[in-house]
Amino acid sequence: MLKTILRRILQSIPTLFIVITITFVLTRMIPGNPAITILGPQASAQDIAEMEIKLGLDKSKLEQYAGYMIGVLHGDFGTSYVYNRPVTSLIAERIPNTLMITLTSLAIAIVIGVGIGVLSALKQYSILDYIFMILALVGVSMPIFWLGLMLVNLFSVQLGWLPALGMGSMNKGLWDVISHMILPCFCLATIPTATFARITRSSMLEVIHSDSIKALRARGIKESHIIWKHALKNALPPIVTVLGLQLASAFTGAILTESIFSWPGMGTMIVSAIDNRDYMLIQGTVLFIAVVFVIVNLLVDIVYMLINPRVSYDSKGGN
Amino acid sequence: MADAKNMAAGDALGMDAQAQMLKKERRANNVWNKLKRNKTAMIGLVIVVVMVFIAVFAPFLAPYDPNEIHPLDSFIKPFSEGHLFGTDQFGRDLLSRIIYGARISLIVAVGGTFVGGFVGVLLGLIAGYMGGIVDSVIMRIMDGFLAFPFVLLSIILMTVLGEGLINVIIAIGIGNIPSFARVVRGEVHIVKNEEYCNACRVIGVSNVRLLFTHILPNAISPIIVYATLNVASAIISEAALSFLGLGIPAPTASWGSILREGKSSLMTAPFVATISGIFILITVLGFNLLGDGVRDVLDPKMKQ
Repeated sequence: MLKTILRRILQSIPTLFIVITITFVLTRMIPGNPAITILGPQASAQDIAEMEIKLGLDKSKLEQYAGYMIGVLHGDFGTSYVYNRPVTSLIAERIPNTLMITLTSLAIAIVIGVGIGVLSALKQYSILDYIFMILALVGVSMPIFWLGLMLVNLFSVQLGWLPALGMGSMNKGLWDVISHMILPCFCLATIPTATFARITRSSMLEVIHSDSIKALRARGIKESHIIWKHALKNALPPIVTVLGLQLASAFTGAILTESIFSWPGMGTMIVSAIDNRDYMLIQGTVLFIAVVFVIVNLLVDIVYMLINPRVSYDSKGGN
Repeated sequence: MADAKNMAAGDALGMDAQAQMLKKERRANNVWNKLKRNKTAMIGLVIVVVMVFIAVFAPFLAPYDPNEIHPLDSFIKPFSEGHLFGTDQFGRDLLSRIIYGARISLIVAVGGTFVGGFVGVLLGLIAGYMGGIVDSVIMRIMDGFLAFPFVLLSIILMTVLGEGLINVIIAIGIGNIPSFARVVRGEVHIVKNEEYCNACRVIGVSNVRLLFTHILPNAISPIIVYATLNVASAIISEAALSFLGLGIPAPTASWGSILREGKSSLMTAPFVATISGIFILITVLGFNLLGDGVRDVLDPKMKQ
């Protein structure tokens, strides 16, 4: 087991190198000169040349790449041109805001999604099941940036119940913080909730018709105990896989959601970094997100091994 | 079929009756017939066919030129005379823009899926068949691309490439390559050591021929399923890119660009954003329903 985990960790190292390389190559291909972006269009040629030296842009691409790689290995993600601050500190500043909405919405999605999935499976082919599954289908097909606009229109513009933009502040009380979170979280939770509902339903259906559950019923164990303890536990592995995927794609959702609601997180930071040609900041944030992605995948694999005794990674043979 | 009927009627014994039974069974197991029995898949198919019809015959269906500006007629409400969906801020007929937008959105989604599918399938075939170091190198690079959130990768690619129809197709296509490669590689891995592949090698069939005429057909079901579902997500991706201002440049109408314009007039005319989004949602739903149905028919094991 430990060996398998170690092997998985080692396997993700080349992936990370490739991620750094892809990011470096792509950011250098973005048209426009960051020196001009910083100095403005009126800057003289000499100023621009000086700025390029200051930013290290006069060096060859290979030297820049080597420098960046060495920096990353030392935990140094470079300095943002625009903010003139280390990229790591900028990320550290923004990441709590992004986690605040992504984790909240995922938690909501798990509770509601799994709940709906279990109910649907228990009442298979009932009206309730049909309604839930139609809603889930619409949910997974939802363009969330559109949903965001519709929510803003209804709850902020028409009804005036909730604020449309920005993040609340604790100084104005707890409600201010929560009220600013409701719409972005609703938006972000839509697809995960629908996905959890669908996967839980099909996984539960498989389990509740299995012999082991019938045996538990025969022994006269309380139905609610059977469903929520035994059946759900056996139905868990596919749900965990989906959780990993959703956690990773929550960052994608965050980019769009944050830009609709002007939420000051990683998403808005990266969009403005691309606008500003802030190479270091783009590289840093993209790399950070990719690392999170790789780690999440790793954790999912490990959890999967722990909760699913049928999967034995050590004695994996053949195909 | 009429012949078979006549023959069976004339000579209802033995071989013919058996042949007819077989024929019936084959017909029932035919992919299309199985799909026909799947209600949700048929709803999906109808939606897809209607949208493709609208896209193909846009010039005949659209009541106005989608880019014709009438400054005095801006923000006419939907269901007004002559403008079923109303008009946008420039007085352009929204119905016509939605109809022409279907064209762009579908071209981008299908084109992006095709580009990604073509390259991804090739890479997957090579990686799966060659194995060893080639496999490792290709698949590690694919893993690298998969580590990027899709929207993020497309955003960066669009910044590099610049706005424009072809560039959106390329950006979405590149983002799609890794998943196709993964799907195909897995299939090739399973098939390549089967008896019939070894038999082909023994009788001297070339590698390329073996790959394309014997191994690829085995991987075709998952490719079709994946491609159908992928069109759905590609429609969303196009809309997301155009929505962020990195997709189809103005004044060309795509569902995403209409939605972007709708965002700026959300206060005065929320219907612009509402209507374009509904079309995106319905079309994505259609492709998802169809894809799920095709998956159940082609590969019951893949059913989740």
